[in-house]
Amino acid sequence: MTTKSTAAERPRAAAERGTLVLLCLAAWAVPGAGHLWMGRRQKGLVFLLALPAMFLSGLLLHGRIFPFELSEPLVALAAVANVGAGAPWLLARMTESGSGVVTAWTYEYGNCFLIVAGLLNFLVVLDAFDIGMGRK
Amino acid sequence: MTNHLLLLMLFAFFVSTVFAVLLRDQPRAQLRTGAMMFGGFVAAAFVLGWLMYPLPL
Repeated sequence: MTTKSTAAERPRAAAERGTLVLLCLAAWAVPGAGHLWMGRRQKGLVFLLALPAMFLSGLLLHGRIFPFELSEPLVALAAVANVGAGAPWLLARMTESGSGVVTAWTYEYGNCFLIVAGLLNFLVVLDAFDIGMGRK
Repeated sequence: MTNHLLLLMLFAFFVSTVFAVLLRDQPRAQLRTGAMMFGGFVAAAFVLGWLMYPLPL
């Protein structure tokens, strides 16, 4: 299996705006899906494994999935970062995990894992968008 | 898991993996960048930890 992604192998830029929107939505919902869609298998698989694993680690470390509380700007920002994780975030919200255990010594670590997993997925979405635009 | 250093290393592993794969296209370059980033994270944590050791003064 070749893992190189040379310019010759790169798929052509997605020309339609609708395709780009779908690409970004897929990349957000399933980390790495955008790269897999654009034929970047190796990158997509790494994101598909690493980001949900990081999010899961955050949950196991008793981190909290923050609610949208506009009265608490930092909490709201953390909530936005959490949303970035996509499907893992949705699943965690639906199963009501991620309530956080403030007394656990790993609580802040867990928050950090959850927040950074979401932010990294935002970067992955932007990268997939760039690929879709033909910039990379 | 009751080890701060282990958690730090786990965090560094995830972040350096994602950044290396984002920034580099070739697997060899990804490995190199990821390893350097991981080492940087851990080394910086040790350096900052020792710098903060005397605090609060």
